[in-house]
Amino acid sequence: KHMRFLLLFSRQGKLRLQKWFTPITEREKKKIIRDMTTLVLARQPRSCNFLQWKDLKIIYKRYASLYFCLAVENQENELLALEVIHRYVELLDKYFGNVCELDIIFNFEKAYFILDEFLMGGEIQETSKQMVNRCIEASDMLQEVRYPPTPRPVLPVAQL
Amino acid sequence: MRCLLSFFVCVWQNMPAPIRLRELIRTIRTARTQAEEREMIQKECAAIRSSFREEDNTYRCRNVAKLLYMHMLGYPAHFGQLECLKLIASQKFTDKRIGYLGAMLLLDERQDVHLLMTNCIKNDLNHSTQYVQGLALCTLGCMGSSEMCRDLAGEVEKLLKTSNSYLRKKAALCAVHVIRKVPELMEMFLPATKNLLSEKNHGVLHTSVVLLTEMCERSPDMLAHFRKLVPQLVRILKNLIMSGYSPEHDVSGISDPFLQVRILRLLRILGKGDDDSSEAMNDILAQVATNTETSKNVGNAILYETVLTIMDIKSESGLRVLAINILGRFLLNNDKNIRYVALTSLLKTVQTDHNAVQRHRSTIVDCLKDLDVSIKRRAMELSFALVNGNNIRGMMKELLYFLDSCDPEFKADCASGVFLAAEKYAPSKRWHIDTIMRVLTTAGSYVRDDSVPNLIQLITNSVEMHAYTVQRLYKALLDDISQQPLVQVASWCIGEYGDLLISGQCEEEEPIQVTEDEVLDVLEGLLVSNLSSPVTRGYSLTAIMKLSTRFSSVNRIKKVVSIYGSSIDVELQQRAVEYNALFKKYDHMRPALLERMPIMEKTASNGPTEIVQTNGEAEPSVVEPKHLPPVGQPASQGNDLLDLLGGNDVPVIPTTMPTKPASAGGELLDLLGDLSLGGPAPAPPAPASQPPFLLDGLSSQPLFNDIAAAGIPPMTAYNKNGLKIDFTFERANPNPNVAVITIHASNSTEADMTDFVFQAAVPKTFQLQLLSPSSNVVPALNQGTVTQVIRVLNQQKQQLRMRIKLTYIHKGSAVQDLAEVNNFPPQSWQ
Repeated sequence: KHMRFLLLFSRQGKLRLQKWFTPITEREKKKIIRDMTTLVLARQPRSCNFLQWKDLKIIYKRYASLYFCLAVENQENELLALEVIHRYVELLDKYFGNVCELDIIFNFEKAYFILDEFLMGGEIQETSKQMVNRCIEASDMLQEVRYPPTPRPVLPVAQL
Repeated sequence: MRCLLSFFVCVWQNMPAPIRLRELIRTIRTARTQAEEREMIQKECAAIRSSFREEDNTYRCRNVAKLLYMHMLGYPAHFGQLECLKLIASQKFTDKRIGYLGAMLLLDERQDVHLLMTNCIKNDLNHSTQYVQGLALCTLGCMGSSEMCRDLAGEVEKLLKTSNSYLRKKAALCAVHVIRKVPELMEMFLPATKNLLSEKNHGVLHTSVVLLTEMCERSPDMLAHFRKLVPQLVRILKNLIMSGYSPEHDVSGISDPFLQVRILRLLRILGKGDDDSSEAMNDILAQVATNTETSKNVGNAILYETVLTIMDIKSESGLRVLAINILGRFLLNNDKNIRYVALTSLLKTVQTDHNAVQRHRSTIVDCLKDLDVSIKRRAMELSFALVNGNNIRGMMKELLYFLDSCDPEFKADCASGVFLAAEKYAPSKRWHIDTIMRVLTTAGSYVRDDSVPNLIQLITNSVEMHAYTVQRLYKALLDDISQQPLVQVASWCIGEYGDLLISGQCEEEEPIQVTEDEVLDVLEGLLVSNLSSPVTRGYSLTAIMKLSTRFSSVNRIKKVVSIYGSSIDVELQQRAVEYNALFKKYDHMRPALLERMPIMEKTASNGPTEIVQTNGEAEPSVVEPKHLPPVGQPASQGNDLLDLLGGNDVPVIPTTMPTKPASAGGELLDLLGDLSLGGPAPAPPAPASQPPFLLDGLSSQPLFNDIAAAGIPPMTAYNKNGLKIDFTFERANPNPNVAVITIHASNSTEADMTDFVFQAAVPKTFQLQLLSPSSNVVPALNQGTVTQVIRVLNQQKQQLRMRIKLTYIHKGSAVQDLAEVNNFPPQSWQ
């Protein structure tokens, strides 16, 4: 419960991943998502990565076109929270190879699987990078229907 | 066979296989409008729904995955909840994986459905494949309800003791969740914690430390029990710091920072309030504090946690200073995040380690100029916390500069902070007034509403600064009338001290030359300006009215007041009408009513005083009015007068003092006991012990209703040695038992009578209230009269008698006289 939620969203505010570590109603989730996207997207470029929201600390960081937004309780170590976010990005990067937003859009369930090997119940579960990746790969092998990470789709230029 | 059959069925029904997840994502992303997207989604949802109805096992997994994608886009997906349960129950790992994910996203403990998971989870906790067990542990540990936790705690406890480190680490965090949900179950996990810290596996170590932390935080017994782990924790931490490079756990040259921080946090909890434990960890803390690499965020994260731990446990002072110095260095770091964190921590420690934090004051003050809003706010809060009697001048300079240039979101808080600090530590009254002026002129529109009455009280009580204050405020008004709090305070002051303004009495600076007309021009300008709020207009009108007793341009003021008698603004209209009435019918009362305000007592609660709008005259009232004491005052308080009346137990109600204290005033105090300095007639609501009649006609009703001037003839009460005192009468409305007597004192001799004081006493059955006199100088040769109002309650309708005492100074000698007044006209008391 030390971490309350983790959201990933694009620069346009489109949600790419939502992990909630406490039980909340759908309506509350929607409100929080709205609040977070508004607050974070409004931040000046060279501001610090922390802001106070209600009784929680929000730690956010932008990686390429994705914002990672982690809410922690007030007594948490914000600097370490930045490391948590960074570790998750590293794990995604290891798995997808030069991860970008499209990977997470098309393979969102994998992003969740990786997260669920790294964090659990609002706490860090595994501190070794290699362990997490090994487990995911082993689990992937167990799947009866294999969905390797979809290579980045090539969209006709017109449709963009 | 079944697959073939469903294939034929599909072909017969011309139903294609549900589209693949990635295909759907691609399709939806081509939608150009929200409406187009919604249409696609609805179409797909319909297909998924019918597929669910078909009980299609093959594609259930694919369909649920698609549903989860659409759910992320914000569309409802509740019809997929049961399907998740079916997936969880499936034998296929692919199904389970999506099923558990779906359960975590779509289900929570609010749904009854989720309880159906319990059996599946129980089975999967005992599965032969560790990854299936892992899924179950993860789901339980993330969203298990209290009932589920109760049911499955035993399974979790079993897994906590397994040798499989993959499962053990998950079981530890699952146990944490169980304890959070069902605290009574904590005990059952105690045995399993025995060897947790001997693990080599970092995952298990980390989650074990989390579990131990949770237990210690929840139970003092557990905390005491686990204190013995301190040496082991210290050893593990030491190994992490000293160990060489470990590729598995390395982050920028630091070995497993996550684990280090968690251990530091557990040490904090164990060391708090305990001397032995604190001592045992002293060395390692010093080591971490001095050896950790600070070039990257990760090192600073560990330092930060170390500082927090040092500050919380019973560390020796050298260590504490080291910690604060680390924070001080953080303040100078280029990285904003680190500066922010430093300021937050310093704010927490500023109370306990005030002197140590003071040493970094200049760095903190520099942070006021930071570009980052969060840092600025923290720096501002911390700066205010650091202000004391020694640094007030320097600090206030910085803070006022900050106030000038900061964002509007800060101005209100900063202004309030400046006022508070100034009040506590002002080195001189002049400085205090100057500081207030600075705030009002630079951030005047952001100042909180409650500041206005507070400032008025402060100014009133700074008696020697009145002339200076009103002059500065007047000059400020000439520059700018847009900032309402400034304008309100200024109007009030000009109304109060306008006489000082035009007399050019200022000592502190060069007195300005200004005429009555110029002052009235400014005040009238406020009345008509679009910039003035209704409240401000009220202030200016009242100020103008007050000047009628301080200026000589009474006619001009009368004109203004009468114009506003027909103002559209109801508040303004009411005031103007009442002031008009004051001019026309109750002119003798006007001086008393509009007199200079006395020093206000600060209330016990020290809270803001309220402005009580009584009878159109805004006047600050104190919460505990200290006006007239209750009627049942012990007789000993009215010594001499009682003697005079032959020992009759006559309640004596003290008079209200003229605010220009005369030497006779001292005597009066002696005679009549503790007097409080009362204000002019409109008194604030009195406490219950006050006789009600005193407020009759003085509450929310306008003071001057049309009193039936009952035609009671006036009388001469006293006439001796050139001093003549006449009484005129009215009946107060609405209480006909109250007679309102106005005394008119005149002096026919060639010399003035100064320090004139009139006192009165009445028999027991009456009650008397004496209001302030218009002045205490009775001018010679009948050039003017001193008037004073007496209110007498005569509930028993007895014949009115009065004993009066007069004191004054005439031609250099003090004169005192007593007299009985018995010739009251019957109409005055019948």
